[in-house]
Amino acid sequence: MEQDEMNPSDPLLPGEANATEPPGNPKSAGHSRRVFLFKMSLLLNGAVGAILAIPIIGYLLGPALRKNSSEDSWIDLGPLTGFPEGETRLVNFRNPATTPWDGQTGDIPCWVRHISGDDFQVFAINCAHLGCPVRWFAQSRLFLCPCHGGAYYEDGSRASGPPERGLFEYPHKMVSGNLMIYAGKMPTLAAGNCAKPGHQTLTQIQASPAPTFADAEELKPPDISRPGAKSWPA
Amino acid sequence: MASLKQRAIDVYSWFERRLGLGAPAIEAAEHEVPSSTSSWWYVFGSAATVILVLQVVTGILLALVYAPTASHAWSSLEFLDHNVPLGWYLRAMHGWGSDFMVAIVLIHLTQVFLFGAYKFPRELTWIVGVFLLLLTLGMAFTGQVLRFDQDAYWGLGIGASILSRVPLVGGALVDLMLGGPIIAGPTLSRFFALHVFVIPGILLALVGLHVWMVLRLGINEWPMPGRLVSKKTYTQQYHNLTEKTGIPFVPDAEWKDAVFAAAILLAIMACAFWFGPFGPTGQPDPTIIQTAPKPDFAFLWIYAVLAYLPPSLETPVLFIAPILVIGAMLLLPLVSGEGEKHWSRRPVALLMVAVISVTLGAFTRLAMYTPWSPVMNAWTSDPIPVADLNDRTPLEREGALVLQNKQCRNCHSIGGIGGMRGPALDSVASRMTEDQIIRQVLQGGGNMPAYGNALNPSETTALVHFLLTLRGGNLTPAIDASRQMVQSSEQPPPPSRQTTPGER
Repeated sequence: MEQDEMNPSDPLLPGEANATEPPGNPKSAGHSRRVFLFKMSLLLNGAVGAILAIPIIGYLLGPALRKNSSEDSWIDLGPLTGFPEGETRLVNFRNPATTPWDGQTGDIPCWVRHISGDDFQVFAINCAHLGCPVRWFAQSRLFLCPCHGGAYYEDGSRASGPPERGLFEYPHKMVSGNLMIYAGKMPTLAAGNCAKPGHQTLTQIQASPAPTFADAEELKPPDISRPGAKSWPA
Repeated sequence: MASLKQRAIDVYSWFERRLGLGAPAIEAAEHEVPSSTSSWWYVFGSAATVILVLQVVTGILLALVYAPTASHAWSSLEFLDHNVPLGWYLRAMHGWGSDFMVAIVLIHLTQVFLFGAYKFPRELTWIVGVFLLLLTLGMAFTGQVLRFDQDAYWGLGIGASILSRVPLVGGALVDLMLGGPIIAGPTLSRFFALHVFVIPGILLALVGLHVWMVLRLGINEWPMPGRLVSKKTYTQQYHNLTEKTGIPFVPDAEWKDAVFAAAILLAIMACAFWFGPFGPTGQPDPTIIQTAPKPDFAFLWIYAVLAYLPPSLETPVLFIAPILVIGAMLLLPLVSGEGEKHWSRRPVALLMVAVISVTLGAFTRLAMYTPWSPVMNAWTSDPIPVADLNDRTPLEREGALVLQNKQCRNCHSIGGIGGMRGPALDSVASRMTEDQIIRQVLQGGGNMPAYGNALNPSETTALVHFLLTLRGGNLTPAIDASRQMVQSSEQPPPPSRQTTPGER
């Protein structure tokens, strides 16, 4: 290694810069031209940047720009014989829109309630509060949520706890003895998040006002305080 | 020897002549700081930086094995834990490092707040620090998602459900967060990109800015009561203080930082070694619904707040409170950039720290045992205490069966076992009359669902008769005083005047 003569922390450039400076060329000459060219280059890069940014932003916003209708579709949950009358059962289906690397996350559960005959209700697994998986308790005829204690009656209407509304319900129909539901998107409270062709949204089950102590004296039969509830065929 | 030393100096000089970084670095390391800042209270910032380096290193090492796809992330974590030599230890270090990082950053923030270090001229240092806190929490949350297990899956569900409540753009935000219609492959991929590229990139850049400003503006001097900060005089005062009491940061002040950082690293390693890695819990399979999802430690308090907020307040609080809190933190140094620094002259600041830490601590503690959640298996696993079944009539024992079968125990405890969602039933008959119990069971109310549809009349009768025996070691049964009044005012008083108080 050759010996450095000057102090190592001295800047290297100035001496050399002076040496390479073309003689007799004042620095200011052509300055305004170079400033103009610099401004032009800024403009050029601004334009290129915009052309660059538009597809990138489009790519980023892609998931939000997709049409909702492309994500939901009719899904076959199997023959009606698989759903005994009066029971509420957990049924899994493969989400219609998945990627090959989704693995188990593409399997979505839902609660199918066979009331009687052709009368069905199909509830999303997600609690209407914050999306945790609700569990059905057949004996107390309640859906309970493990996260914050939301509770729903067998017809999906709100019973108690933090949810503001009842369970999300998938539209359903019977096709040649099979139960079909219209699903494909995680149900949330966002408007337009659960669209259905011809229909506007997933059925919104209204929360019934909880009876207060004010009507305690009257001792009404329980159904009156819950208009949404269907009585259980005993 | 001398020639070897000369050789080393030559090599250094060769690089230094071309890089020119050594001299300013040495100058920065040796810059004078007020001797009062050489304190064990001033070690948290550097400790957080050291943990950040640890997190970067362990994170890169984990990324050598981790598979960031929804179908394989979970099994690659299991592979790390069980098949890769010391993979479990690296996972544990990264996980515990994250918890320590959040804790140290919070302690650093509290110390800086109490020492008035955010005041002139260090306002921007504080503001950048607030963003660093948010980014640290962002790393903690996205990191929990990458531990792609049941908690991560349902945690994403909670995140999406919260976002869906944003007015107007909620649906679009959910789509952007999930990257598709459901929580699946694209969701994990984007959280991987956030955790590994986006947030760390911003975090490292802002840490650089933060440290640069500390060097440029000087470390906050130890506050003295009555020594007020004024924009006109502060710079000169700080300069004089450094002139008078200055010591070189390296080595005179730095050794405490180094010792503390080493202690923290040892603590992380010890926790990792003894307690092991976090999870993964069950597979991220949404069809396995036997789960009670919970967020990581740093977010437990939010989990508790979400359980206790009244439904009508939830959405406003979710979106307005963070804006207010973060806005207040950002504006703090601009609003109160001058004046007293010492905590003993800032009672409001002291009180705020006390109230906020007690509140966060209490909510975190509550979220550790979630009294608001039903105990989903209490009805099958927890027996009725034998003492409550002795000397009971068949009807009352039948009622105990109804109580068990109808899952009342999921929310109500007896003998200290069962859910805590509803009140304990051990002494229910001393608080409620028969009529009140019937009404509460059939119609619900308060936080209780109505059981009118789930109970037939004979079950109701049996249940209520059993509940009437629960008087917590023979307390007096509840009586309905108003009913006595009604009865006595409606009927002419009986001539013998012997209305016993317990009678209905």
